[in-house]
Amino acid sequence: MFTSLKPVFVVAGRELKDQFRDWRVIAPMTILVLCFPLLANEFARRSVKFISQYGGDLIIDRLVPFSLLIIGFFPITVSLVVALESFVGEKERGTIEPILNSPLADWQIYFGKLLVGVATPLVASYLSFGIYLLLVIRQDLTLPTPLVFFQLVLLTSAHAFLMVSAAIVISVQSTSVKAANLLASFIVIPTAILLEGEASLLFWGNEYILWWAILGVVITALLLIRLGLAHFQREYLLGREIDALNLRWMWRTFWQNFRGGANSIGEWYRISVGAALRKIFPSALVLIGVGALTILATYSWVALNGPKLLDTASPAEVEKITADLLATPDLRAIRERVNAPYLFMNNTRAMVVIFLVGMVSLSVLGVMAYMLNISLIGGLFGAAQVLGLPAWKLFLGGVLPHGIFELPAFLIGCAAVLYCGASFVTPQVGRSFGETTVQVFAEWCKLFIGVIVPLMALAAVIEAYATPYILTALMGTR
Amino acid sequence: MIETHDLSKQFHDFWAVDGLNLSVQAGQILALLGQNGAGKTTTIRMLTALLTPTRGSARVAGYDVTKNGRDVRASIGVLTEQHDLYMRMSAHEYLDFFGQVYGLNSTQRKTRRNQLLEYFGLAEAAHRRIGEYSKGMRQKLALARAMIHDPGVLLLDEPTSAMDPESARLVRDEIERLKSSKRTLALCSHNLTEVEALADQIAIIFRGKILRSGTLQELKQDVLGAPQYEILFAREWDSSGLELPQGVELISRAASSLKIRVAEPQNMNPIIVDRLTQQSAPLMAFQEEPRSLEQVYLKVMTEAKGYANVH
Repeated sequence: MFTSLKPVFVVAGRELKDQFRDWRVIAPMTILVLCFPLLANEFARRSVKFISQYGGDLIIDRLVPFSLLIIGFFPITVSLVVALESFVGEKERGTIEPILNSPLADWQIYFGKLLVGVATPLVASYLSFGIYLLLVIRQDLTLPTPLVFFQLVLLTSAHAFLMVSAAIVISVQSTSVKAANLLASFIVIPTAILLEGEASLLFWGNEYILWWAILGVVITALLLIRLGLAHFQREYLLGREIDALNLRWMWRTFWQNFRGGANSIGEWYRISVGAALRKIFPSALVLIGVGALTILATYSWVALNGPKLLDTASPAEVEKITADLLATPDLRAIRERVNAPYLFMNNTRAMVVIFLVGMVSLSVLGVMAYMLNISLIGGLFGAAQVLGLPAWKLFLGGVLPHGIFELPAFLIGCAAVLYCGASFVTPQVGRSFGETTVQVFAEWCKLFIGVIVPLMALAAVIEAYATPYILTALMGTR
Repeated sequence: MIETHDLSKQFHDFWAVDGLNLSVQAGQILALLGQNGAGKTTTIRMLTALLTPTRGSARVAGYDVTKNGRDVRASIGVLTEQHDLYMRMSAHEYLDFFGQVYGLNSTQRKTRRNQLLEYFGLAEAAHRRIGEYSKGMRQKLALARAMIHDPGVLLLDEPTSAMDPESARLVRDEIERLKSSKRTLALCSHNLTEVEALADQIAIIFRGKILRSGTLQELKQDVLGAPQYEILFAREWDSSGLELPQGVELISRAASSLKIRVAEPQNMNPIIVDRLTQQSAPLMAFQEEPRSLEQVYLKVMTEAKGYANVH
């Protein structure tokens, strides 16, 4: 094990040495590490002074963890340049070939670069943490609890892994440093948005949810590392492709994959869509399993915690919840506000959004969206049991009529997203990252146009014009 | 050794290398000649297992390039066409780094590094940053890097291109030494004089295909025809009475010289000398007309381009 890890450290050692001899990396890092904690401290001090006038104790308590989160983030963004140019920089300078000609395995080269890419910003972030905490201790500011501090360290480390692994993916796939730097905004901006979400969780003070955020970031970072490794091809690194967007090639590749050799719509369904469905079958099975577990978990959670919540609620509140759940649809109002085109547009738009967030996060957010939606079924059954309501009637009348079409369409859409994510993180022999992207997009389009859209259309018609009547008939008229 | 069979590489619609058959044994030097973009670098990259052949196969140092890429890379030393180095390292650190990459222990690294730095005249500058080196020094260092693990097979792309005559001589001597110690070498070069001096086999590549290959003598015979000889007399002598054996063609006759083309010089030349002696010819010199690899190369290229333009 150590023998095969040794070259990783050899590569990392050289990279590190190179970095520490480059003032363009060292100078901004040093300035950030030393100056930013001072700035953050001054900001926190003034904010505390201001907010304390209005009694915002919670905000004051959370200012230090929030500052730590930001202080940890900045050195990572600055040192991202090291990871961004790790491969493409060497390629541009012509130093990559001797390394590629060596007997080192792909993963040894990859992890050597990754190690330095992650270690440098992390050391800088931790140093900033240390300096800032020293400043905080000297003042009358509330220190974060050990648990929150531990979460912040984990979160910062996860950010470093996430951003650096994404930067290395970009570096491997780019053909010039310029292109890699431009693409870096696709890392910095989403991570900054993520940071905003995490900051609101910090201010909310819900450490439990923060664990989920950490888990999500860690999984995405691991998938990105896998993605980078899967598409690390020595041949591609030596390619002479230039940064040109070859739209003709993209369209040709997309059309070939979308059409799948079919000459008619019937043939397309039989050959091309059929093959796509077979491809996503394992993903669908996984999602069925995940869905079942999610339903069971949410049902159990609601069934277990519901009574406790009800105990704290007033009889009037309980009565209102029961009445809301039992309320049958007002058909006239539904027809005025909710019609088939509206439902269809809403559902298909949701599928497109799930696809997009799934692609950005290598299917992690897609699967999370699936779990969130499917958990409503478990929640419904749990709430009904707690309140002593006929859950099966609600399900049979309110979900099943259109759900027969909507649920499979939803499952297929999410399975396609999982398949796309899995394709990205699996080595595709003889195929570039660009080719894989176009191909998985074509697969998704096939399923979206050929299966999801028709099923969603049918479901929307039933949901708008049949489900309310069935539910009314089962639960009583209004 | 290096063996290729129908080795081919396609990029999109373009065949960079098409059906290469090569066989280079231990102790031999193969030279790949051709214009820029002829497919030499692609061939080298397939032999180093960096590019996967689209068709055909290759074995280098006994390993299949498609199945045992890492073994191939561990057994070869490569001097690439673009040999930029890590500018912020010293030569000492650079060779040490690659020594580690090739799995040498510290004693082996130290010995090899010092030997190579000494041989290539870089010992004095060994602790200076490579960024301060001249182009020739960098090239020598790149060559030293290719040899750090004492590989059995060396693939050298333009090994002396940026060097001064003295350094180039040093490198040629080293190549000769490697050859005599039974290493297999393949080199790409535009320096035809160097190739003529070093290569056992020469392959001329045009648009990914081998147009001609063989030893220098074979190529000369094949491309330029039978060798020409000039016979010089010490004084004017009437050579009209001289009967030339079959297979010997008279090219020109002057008062004190003759020019002939001989198909089988090893058999015919002794007979000619014998007849001249019998007729008491005042023989002063019997010498082959010099024919260079450059003539061979230019003729092959002119023919190839003419053919390519027609088709």
